[in-house]
Amino acid sequence: MIWDRKNECMDREQMRNLQSERLVSVIQRVYDKVPFYRQLFQQEEIEPGDIKGVEDLSKLPFTTKDALRDNYPFGLFAEPMNKIVRVHASSGTTGKPIVVGYTKKDLDTWAELIARIVSQAGVTEDDVVQICFGYGLFTGGFGLHYGLEKLGTTIIPASVGNTRRQIMLMEDFGTTALVSTPSYALYMAEVVHELGIDLGKLKLRLGLFGAEPWSESMREQIQSKWGITATDNYGLSEIIGPGVSGECLEFKGLHISEDHFIPEIIDSETGEPLGFGETGELVFTTLTKEGFPVIRYRTKDISILWDDPCACGRTTARMKKVTGRTDDMLIIRGVNVFPSQIESVLMEIKGLAPIYQIIVDRKGHLDNMEVQVELEKDMFTGSFRDLEAMENKIRGKLNSVLSIDVRVKLVEPKSIERSEGKAKRVIDKRNL
Amino acid sequence: MGKVNQLSVFLENKSGRLARVTKVLGENDINIRALSIADTTDFGILRIIVNQPKEAYNILKSEGFVVTETDVIAVCIPDRPGGLGQVLAVLEQEQINIEYLYAFVGNTNTKNALVIFRVEDCDKAVDVLKTHGVQVVSGDKVYTM
Repeated sequence: MIWDRKNECMDREQMRNLQSERLVSVIQRVYDKVPFYRQLFQQEEIEPGDIKGVEDLSKLPFTTKDALRDNYPFGLFAEPMNKIVRVHASSGTTGKPIVVGYTKKDLDTWAELIARIVSQAGVTEDDVVQICFGYGLFTGGFGLHYGLEKLGTTIIPASVGNTRRQIMLMEDFGTTALVSTPSYALYMAEVVHELGIDLGKLKLRLGLFGAEPWSESMREQIQSKWGITATDNYGLSEIIGPGVSGECLEFKGLHISEDHFIPEIIDSETGEPLGFGETGELVFTTLTKEGFPVIRYRTKDISILWDDPCACGRTTARMKKVTGRTDDMLIIRGVNVFPSQIESVLMEIKGLAPIYQIIVDRKGHLDNMEVQVELEKDMFTGSFRDLEAMENKIRGKLNSVLSIDVRVKLVEPKSIERSEGKAKRVIDKRNL
Repeated sequence: MGKVNQLSVFLENKSGRLARVTKVLGENDINIRALSIADTTDFGILRIIVNQPKEAYNILKSEGFVVTETDVIAVCIPDRPGGLGQVLAVLEQEQINIEYLYAFVGNTNTKNALVIFRVEDCDKAVDVLKTHGVQVVSGDKVYTM
């Protein structure tokens, strides 16, 4: 079903005009209300009046995650706090998260966007949807929740963890659609199998997956193990959260709600805009957000944009499933992890050499992260307790910064391979 | 006196590490008198008593091993049922905590076993054991046994 035919099937020329009109207004708004953007534009000698439409977009400077970090926590909000009704946050590159704020209207917009993507994934008001995303600062749980409520589905806000209980709910409540990370869906399938539950008795028919990259082969596995139709959806909290784009049942890429966001693909080295069909870094400009508008935000996600018509009837541009990054960000069980966060934790602990390696693996269907760190020779006391205490200390600190469980392994000095150039800090053995 | 110099070597749990330690020692004519390994899934600590502790320490260090010297005590215990129990009872009574211990049975004609203790306070433990008539063996003797 097409949730919002007017905006999702708009003539492309008309869409461009709508985008231009909204772009002009958002540029004026950030210039007036956010000191960071005013300074940025002034540095580049850009007046809001210079931006007359989408064709002028490339004149504008990019916004990076660093800018978001430097303005922690609320520095980039374009509305006073009494208009902000909710905040969410995601990992930053260091200890502090990136914080985003929503006005009431933003929350309405967000719910609309989710209603669109879940509708195009085949969900209807007759569905019973189990949301296995965390409800908290992470945008996944609340984001999907309100959009599905808007559509009128029955929601089971199961949140994360306790897989057996999740499966019990699925059996007893007759869940028809699952919202989770793709890796968790595979893990659940394994547990269902171990429990000896007859899949034929479950009513599950759809899976809506996001929050981490996944391959086509993983889709095939999920679809065949569960006997469901699995779609991908994409979003990032800096833009709005989930709902930026989602797949329709033609599986020809993820439709972007272009009436709210202008997508661009750029060459990540030069910053030059690339055309449709070319591979590069995804950049988004928000057109309607009040609380936290962003201008030409560099996502560091690698994708391709297409604007040819889709057989589903929607005319919005589509992006290719994201499979890579231009930086070293890792997504572990749906949580963004930067090696720099790990490094800053290790550097704070006495007795460790600044030599470490992060090994990511997928065991069964769950991501595992192991941090190997070299022991400083002089810190070895010969006591087992001291070594275990050290491991526990590192594990505890990493856990509090990353919010995920990490395996810590102390290794002998010089045992981590040295490289001549840039140190190879991350070994990702997952086949994504 | 009465303390024994033990070497503790940090070893990652990966194949060949223990063999490497013994090879280095062997090549340098160092004889291992006693050894014990404690391990988790990730790492182990090899504890050895050798005939020439200082030399062994320097050699292992120069070969890049993480090695440290630890004071332990060696106790000679009659090799019969209840022998160890008597010694442990003394330590418990005097509230001396044992971090770890390991034992090896001496040559067949002595009828004695040698037990190595790592305790919080070595000097106190030696005094206490001696007072209770337990035979504490000095380092020099252990190295050359």
